[in-house]
Amino acid sequence: MRLDCPICGNRDRREFYYQGDAVMLERPAPDAGAAAWDGYLHLRANLAGETRDLWQHEAGCGAWLVVTRNTVTHAIHTVELASAVKEALR
Amino acid sequence: MAKLKARMPCEEMLPFTFGTVKLDETNLGVMTSVMALGEDAALSSALSDAHGVGFPKANRTLGNAGGPRCIWFGQRQAMLIGPAPDDRLQVYAALVDQSDGWCAVTVEGEDVEHVLERLVPVDLRRMHFKRGHTARTQLGHISASITRTGSQAFLILVFRSMAASLVHELSQAMRAVASRRGNG
Ligand SMILES: [Zn+2]
Repeated sequence: MRLDCPICGNRDRREFYYQGDAVMLERPAPDAGAAAWDGYLHLRANLAGETRDLWQHEAGCGAWLVVTRNTVTHAIHTVELASAVKEALR
Repeated sequence: MAKLKARMPCEEMLPFTFGTVKLDETNLGVMTSVMALGEDAALSSALSDAHGVGFPKANRTLGNAGGPRCIWFGQRQAMLIGPAPDDRLQVYAALVDQSDGWCAVTVEGEDVEHVLERLVPVDLRRMHFKRGHTARTQLGHISASITRTGSQAFLILVFRSMAASLVHELSQAMRAVASRRGNG
């Protein structure tokens, strides 16, 4: 498996650290309530198909990335800077 | 206070040669981590004014051995090598003296690409990775900065605490390549 880091280019999987669902970028408001926080912290869909996950180019540029890939076909669709994704959410 | 003796990270381990490849320590002198705070362009022109080298693009270096040099070192980071940083840069970047924090070696010779291809998961062949190109990547399991400095020469930086591991990894690969060539 290889990922196209937007900064470094195409790199081997061993340079990257996997964190988990990119939903972590969408932190609820402090007063959003217990259900929203429970969902944000603990509940994951675990779909077979397209997922969006956070990875870090740990042994490269250090950037956090959002990787959209398909867990059924193993296709990797996009690799974006998490900072840009977060900016777009604002 | 007692006068302490400066000691290089690879002292007593280097230099050595196996086959066509030589490994030696490189004393880079003052090294300053430059982390951009605002606009990269403003930082780059401030660096150019102060030291004659701008802020490098990703995967590139500016300047040459001997003079001030700036090696790209990560997302919005570079390593300024040579001069102590001008105070005026503080407006544009976080500056951290890391002079004693890194081990720097130069590996060079005809088979140098064959040595590094055993250890590094990036294509470092000359057609893809030219003089002045740099990569943050791994050498074995060690986090490293690798820069091509010549047609058969690379500058490799790792954390100072990794010096002995770096020398071990490179010596194993150098021996293996030399023995395949029949001149180990
Ligand atoms: Zn990267």
